[in-house]
Amino acid sequence: MIYDVVIVGAGITGAAIARELSRYKLAVLLLEKEAEPAFGVSKSNSGIIHAGTQNPPASVKAWLCVEGNRLMREEIAADLGLNFVQCGQLIAVFDLGDLPELEKIKKEGEALGIKGLEIVDRAWLDEREPNLGPEVQAALYVPSAGIISPYRFVYALVENAVKNGVELKTSQKVSAIRRGADGVFELETGGEKHNSRFLVNAAGLFADEISAMAGAPTFKITPRKGEEYLLDKKREHIANHIIFPLPTKTSKGILIIKTSDGNPMIGPTALDVEDKTDLSTTESGLAEVLSGARRMMPSISKSDIIAYFAGLRPVSGKDFIIRHEDSVPGLINAAGIQSPGLTSAPAIAVMVAGLLARHGLPLEPKAEFHRLRPRPAHLFQVPLEETCRLVAKNPAYGDIVCRCELVSSQEIYEAIKRGATTLDGIKFRTRAQAGRCHGGFCTTRIIKIMQEELGFPVTAVTKRGPGSELIKDERK
Amino acid sequence: MKYRDLVIVGGGPAGMAAALAARAAGVEDILLLERDQHLGGILNQCIHPGFGLHHFKAELTGPEYADRFARLVMETPGIEVSLRSFVIKFTKDRDISYLRPGAMEEIRARAVILATGCRERTREMIQIPGERPAGVYPAGLAQKMVNMEGWIPGKEAVIVGSGDIGLIMARRMALEGVKVKGVIEIQKTSRGLVRNVVQCLEDFSIPLYFQHRILKIHGAARVEKVEVVRVDDKFTDIPGSVFEIACDTVLVSVGLIPENELLEMAGAEIDRATNTPVAPAVNLTSIPGVFACGNACKVYDLADWVTRDSELAGKMAAQYLKTR
Repeated sequence: MIYDVVIVGAGITGAAIARELSRYKLAVLLLEKEAEPAFGVSKSNSGIIHAGTQNPPASVKAWLCVEGNRLMREEIAADLGLNFVQCGQLIAVFDLGDLPELEKIKKEGEALGIKGLEIVDRAWLDEREPNLGPEVQAALYVPSAGIISPYRFVYALVENAVKNGVELKTSQKVSAIRRGADGVFELETGGEKHNSRFLVNAAGLFADEISAMAGAPTFKITPRKGEEYLLDKKREHIANHIIFPLPTKTSKGILIIKTSDGNPMIGPTALDVEDKTDLSTTESGLAEVLSGARRMMPSISKSDIIAYFAGLRPVSGKDFIIRHEDSVPGLINAAGIQSPGLTSAPAIAVMVAGLLARHGLPLEPKAEFHRLRPRPAHLFQVPLEETCRLVAKNPAYGDIVCRCELVSSQEIYEAIKRGATTLDGIKFRTRAQAGRCHGGFCTTRIIKIMQEELGFPVTAVTKRGPGSELIKDERK
Repeated sequence: MKYRDLVIVGGGPAGMAAALAARAAGVEDILLLERDQHLGGILNQCIHPGFGLHHFKAELTGPEYADRFARLVMETPGIEVSLRSFVIKFTKDRDISYLRPGAMEEIRARAVILATGCRERTREMIQIPGERPAGVYPAGLAQKMVNMEGWIPGKEAVIVGSGDIGLIMARRMALEGVKVKGVIEIQKTSRGLVRNVVQCLEDFSIPLYFQHRILKIHGAARVEKVEVVRVDDKFTDIPGSVFEIACDTVLVSVGLIPENELLEMAGAEIDRATNTPVAPAVNLTSIPGVFACGNACKVYDLADWVTRDSELAGKMAAQYLKTR
């Protein structure tokens, strides 16, 4: 068969494009090299839905970010049952001499159409952020910024795309791309071949390699590492906004990030690296993050940290690369999608659909597009009365598997039903194993549920795909 | 709202001893909540001997020790056991909401004993840098895998920390044919019992590296190796002393933390450094009528001492109920 569009990469960008294209009468295939969607760049995203400030004013990403933020607030969060929280953002200065910088960010934001920007003084901050350190003098308040779970955002988009007819194939690493005589792209993934009239490249860190394979070696992706440290949920109310320092040339600085799951996060660092697989955290990274975060909030302690990770931003210059490659007709690149990629993704998707249409793909709306996705129930997100109702309806909601994060066996079953095949996939969907004991108590139970539901032998259960098996052998 | 005289949270050695002692001291209505499907708690995965030498004057395994109490608890009228029951809400007025399959129950207790045990400190709490592959386990989780499920987590292991669980797991893994390549301890001495250092490491020729720490964990999908460095008396790395150990498994045994999140939820005072209740004496908390015993109160090295002090907690709760 020949697909109309193959999308390479099921991170946030590919997932959003897949869902956008699923509105139309098209045969779409979404390919992912990892075991599950969101396992690449997206899994280490901070989860911030940016307002659109702090971007170069004339950039593509600036207006995509503003538009993506609007789409999230006005449509997507409700349609896809996402737990988006519009908590607002503060950009703090330690020196009143930096106020002109804040004024500049405010003006640039207003020119992009961002509403409600306001420079606030220490008295305003004392009332709303009592834990700020004495060094903070003033801030720019950005009310339209918010937070979301980055992986659950990806899973929601993919689920909805699949419901609307998109085909998803995981563990499919593209090894070669050829062009047939009729102009059809022929993608090879391991043993399989996939043919398509259009190719959308959303391959994150590897987008330069995919574009080159397709015949357009037009850019290079450089990984920029960011280390993030998660704090115990007990510190959930340490901050009421996402708090930024004034940005530097290479990064937005070390932030205090509220997360939609409750655990505050501090980070990220920003360090250009060579290796696209280097996800190691370092002692220097930890020191940098702690000192940066403590400058804004001195009560943050090393002992509050319950988890940490590193992610790689796929950087190619200062702006996103979203374009049709005229040298390879039919190839659309959506590359260099670093921050604010999560926010921009829905707007990038609309832009990519437009590019496809302009280059000859007819976009004919489906008679029936399933716009809505019911919100999965998570005990940690609902009040006790709702828990009561859920347990009465389904006894498995009363069977707690993960005690630190309050996750029931029903949520694990549900995650598997929605496509989780690995322990990380279950963690990202449900938060089981993501709390302070780090799976010490629940891992065996989750493995047993996976064995039952997926029919795996225990030695085939993995953390995040082949090679990451947890159990080497069974006692005879 | 249903009223109960005494609610005990946790059915391990502490909760069971407290329940039996409270019953013996005259409390007639006791509800024992256990989140697992059986009583005994962590003892069930401690299949090695060494339990009961003081309390029973006999050497028992963990499950045997637990079983002696579990039988008594199940046979004693006046103690109701609710398994697979997980407390999700606890207030200073001793209101308790708990979930069990199929129901959420809400009760008010006249007295409460929290016997919630402890959790392990993790790799993340000591912030070992490096990658985050599969194969890094808290030692107690590995113990559960091997002893309760019959799963062997790896083939070549390095153990971080020479506490008792780490030492016992070094031997346990060696007995299962796993090559245990070393135990890494940052201190000059082991925090574990001397008998465990001898019986678990020396008898199995497992090297113990004092004044060393793991510098980095390597491995993209599964652990491939660790970098180890020697440290001086101030825990500073000694230049030129770095070496590597190839392994597919890292067991982390770097201490235990009392689980007092319920007590914290109720607004009791908690020592942030130790996560133990702030109180004038053992088994007490800052909330009248709420007691804490066993490893939730402080980390014990022997189950026998947990039993002894938890029996006292049962008596204290009985006394409290009589005088109010």
